[in-house]
Amino acid sequence: MSSVAQKKGFGATLWDWLTTVDHKKIGILYFLGGGFFFVLGGIEAMMIRWQLHIPNNDFVSAGLFNDLITMHGTTMIFLAAMPILFGFMNAIVPLQIGARDVAFPFINSLGFWMFFFGGLFLNISWLYGEVPDAGWTSYASLSLASQGHGVDFYAIGLQIAGGGTLMAGINFLVTIINMRAPGMTYMRMPLFTWTTFVASAMILFAFPPLTVGLFFLTFDRMFGGNFFNHTMGGNTIIWEHIFWIFGHPEVYILILPAFGIFSEIFSIFSRKRLFGYPSMVFATVLIGFLGFMVWAHHMFTVGLGPTANAIFAVATMAIAVPTGVKIFNWLLTMWGGSIKITTPMLYALGFIPSFVMGGVTGVMQGAAPLDYQLHDSYFIVAHFHYVIVGGVVLAILAATHLYWPKMFGTMLNETLGKVTFWFFFIGFHMTFLIQHWLGFWGMPRRVWTYMDGQGWNLANLISTIGAFMMAIGVIVLVINAIMTSVKNVKVANDPWGDGRTLEWAIESPPIYYNFHATPLVRGLDTVWIEKMEGNESGLTPAEPIKDIHMPNGSIIPLLMSFGLFIAGFGAMFRTEESWGLPVLIFGLLWTFVSMAARSLQDDTGYYIKKDEILRDLKRKGGQN
Amino acid sequence: MMKGLKKWRLFSLLAVLTVFLAGCGQEELSTLLPAGQVGKDQFNLLLLSSGIMLLVIIVVVTIYLVALVRFRRSKLGEDHIPEQVEGSHKLELVWTIIPILLILLLAVPTVYYTYKLGDVAAMGAVDEDGNAENLVVDVTAKLYWWEFEYPDLGIVTAQELVVPMDEKVYFNLLAADVKHSFWIPAVGGKLDTNVENVNKFYLVFEKDSQDLKDGVFYGKCAELCGPSHALMDFKVKTMPRPEFDQWVTAMQNTAENQVVANQDGQEVFQQSCIGCHATSGVGESGAQGPNLATFGDRNRVAGFLDHTDEKLVEWIRDTQEHKPGNKMPSFDKNQISDAEMDALVEYLMGLSVE
Repeated sequence: MSSVAQKKGFGATLWDWLTTVDHKKIGILYFLGGGFFFVLGGIEAMMIRWQLHIPNNDFVSAGLFNDLITMHGTTMIFLAAMPILFGFMNAIVPLQIGARDVAFPFINSLGFWMFFFGGLFLNISWLYGEVPDAGWTSYASLSLASQGHGVDFYAIGLQIAGGGTLMAGINFLVTIINMRAPGMTYMRMPLFTWTTFVASAMILFAFPPLTVGLFFLTFDRMFGGNFFNHTMGGNTIIWEHIFWIFGHPEVYILILPAFGIFSEIFSIFSRKRLFGYPSMVFATVLIGFLGFMVWAHHMFTVGLGPTANAIFAVATMAIAVPTGVKIFNWLLTMWGGSIKITTPMLYALGFIPSFVMGGVTGVMQGAAPLDYQLHDSYFIVAHFHYVIVGGVVLAILAATHLYWPKMFGTMLNETLGKVTFWFFFIGFHMTFLIQHWLGFWGMPRRVWTYMDGQGWNLANLISTIGAFMMAIGVIVLVINAIMTSVKNVKVANDPWGDGRTLEWAIESPPIYYNFHATPLVRGLDTVWIEKMEGNESGLTPAEPIKDIHMPNGSIIPLLMSFGLFIAGFGAMFRTEESWGLPVLIFGLLWTFVSMAARSLQDDTGYYIKKDEILRDLKRKGGQN
Repeated sequence: MMKGLKKWRLFSLLAVLTVFLAGCGQEELSTLLPAGQVGKDQFNLLLLSSGIMLLVIIVVVTIYLVALVRFRRSKLGEDHIPEQVEGSHKLELVWTIIPILLILLLAVPTVYYTYKLGDVAAMGAVDEDGNAENLVVDVTAKLYWWEFEYPDLGIVTAQELVVPMDEKVYFNLLAADVKHSFWIPAVGGKLDTNVENVNKFYLVFEKDSQDLKDGVFYGKCAELCGPSHALMDFKVKTMPRPEFDQWVTAMQNTAENQVVANQDGQEVFQQSCIGCHATSGVGESGAQGPNLATFGDRNRVAGFLDHTDEKLVEWIRDTQEHKPGNKMPSFDKNQISDAEMDALVEYLMGLSVE
């Protein structure tokens, strides 16, 4: 159980990863799982752009194109962006607040495995040959009309993955409320912790509507329900409301942690305290709150009437104010600082103009009558890629470079990192800037081909070339990760040299119990304060070294999720195969038995003895 | 290295800008060349919001660039420890209040236009004789075609909307199967055709479509509706009111006097096609297939193929190949022989009211 690299067989290592409840390992699992789906979604994106690079192309069929756009959107949002962000939250947030683990390590593991099996379920649709094809929004009339099992894969797969997300959100809420080290008051929490906190609260309120909506959809498609069947008294607009009551907060769930990551980066690489910290926190909370008030701006053209449209238009514009506050605070953090352009900082610098572009086009779409023109055109495709790629993905790439040493104990190559950035950044603007104009020129989104002679050819070609530059950037990053992992040059606690928060005061990667003694937090950027006062270690212990209580690993989370995975297939084939119903029941029973096993088993964890901690400390020469 | 990159960035930026400025798109389908009051209102809002947003971008980029140039560690030295500023209430107030004012500047016209464009109160208005004062068109969106009924005139057509210029034309929008969205980019914003309720709005057409490249405005389906969503195009013909009245009269006459360009073709049509397609423009919406009374006048076959005999044959022979998922069956040579097909094509191309 010691952190010393013991020689373990492959089987033992695998078992260790399958049963782990250590937040750092689960963070890595999330990161790798999300990374895999990111590449998958990226390949789908490349196929979409290749299909559209010339008019009347027949690279993919109309049906396959709809499969691709649906799976690209669903994969990137639910299976790539969110899990990768969860990876960083898991790896970093407990360290930032001086905790030894998250509040519920078992649930943390369960959350990951549910995401994993949900994502797997969704993507098995490619092997089965019937793929979700009603768009990532799966609007009810089309999703009910869709033939085959495609949309069933969507409904059940997302249900399983969404359950995992909800658990992860609750877990982070409880962790941040209860597990902060002595002195870590709310107004001393690093911004990444704050944004994780608010994003988790949003998950708590946003995911239940999705769960309900997906259950309705599942029942409509598989169990003869009529929630959305208007010929039987149902209503399709209800789906749109439910989806966007979840869907709009969802984009803030993605962007807030991204804001947190960039706040850390601006502060570290400007060697300066975050400008206007209280207003940053307030803006985060306000964005989180307003995020629930604006869902109907996705539905301006549904025909809700001028009053609803006007209210939601003004509410939408209001969000620009706290977001603007954030942008200016970041700028003023740089102002008067000492800016060092490392790869993470380069991403942060790329983020500002990109995200401002995405933000202002958001306000333009908030003007409802103008949105009647922009809605469902390529303008909207440009807009949401500007905020999600220009915001979330740049943050993910930045955090990958920033936290790589903390997660894996070695640095990514800086030169290759900058090569990735320039390919990705230029490619990104090339792909999406021109799409605003495609929208102005009347090109609707989600079209699998377009006729010659509409003036869209050159712009689409430029867009496709840009997309492939982004792909080159990602490939360079993968090469970078493999190369540096093979070399595996170990780094010290704070490889960037200007770390300000607790995670930079412990080794890279941290020992499995994180802190030898729980640290005392004396202010915002506590490590910076300690170092400025001459405490080289950056840590002041809040307690003497003593026994540490730790949770045991468990295979049960994996088994519980696997039961749901099996039950999903049963539900899907219930009416057409004789084995459907038994498999459904078997899968659910499997899950319930696993839950019972967990409840009945008296697992109280174990203690790391004081002697062992002292031994670990001694081996490192007394440094924390 | 950085200098080279900057130059290169500047160059690529210029190249991209040139492309953008090269045009406002094409007259028949660009929102930047609005051809009616609704589109113009929306375009004005676009100009206003772009102006405000450009201002924001300029301010942000200026601060950003100055900070980036002035406060580099390479200039300040490795050991420089900046002052740890906490914040500034004055500055924070400034960048809270100014955005609020900018937002208000945009919010007022937004609310005004939302109500203006949403006003359909005059839709059902009738004059002293009980005749409708405004033209109303009932649009029904189907997989993957558009049906246009003129309820007050007793006529129905498909795929090509014909409207008079310089007056408000009111629309009732509904989908017959799955949700679609009705969009004529050059004339005004879109409105969804829902499956369960009728949406109402109006458009004004202020440009004669005769002057356009193909003689028509382009209409699009803007909501994903299945495999052939991309091909669910329609066309719009605009004309001065007197011409429109003539067109209406001609349409009303198609019930009795039909042009029959080929007698054999008509027979084929009556055997194979008439179950779904009508050739009389008099009627209501709710047909299985598009009304063909004006087929010869149309700009496209099936909404998107060139309007030629060859394309029409190709279409009838294999509809799924061209528009996957559509509801029209294909007709092979056993069902319609080549000779019959030629006659049928001549007959169809002869269906005209203009």
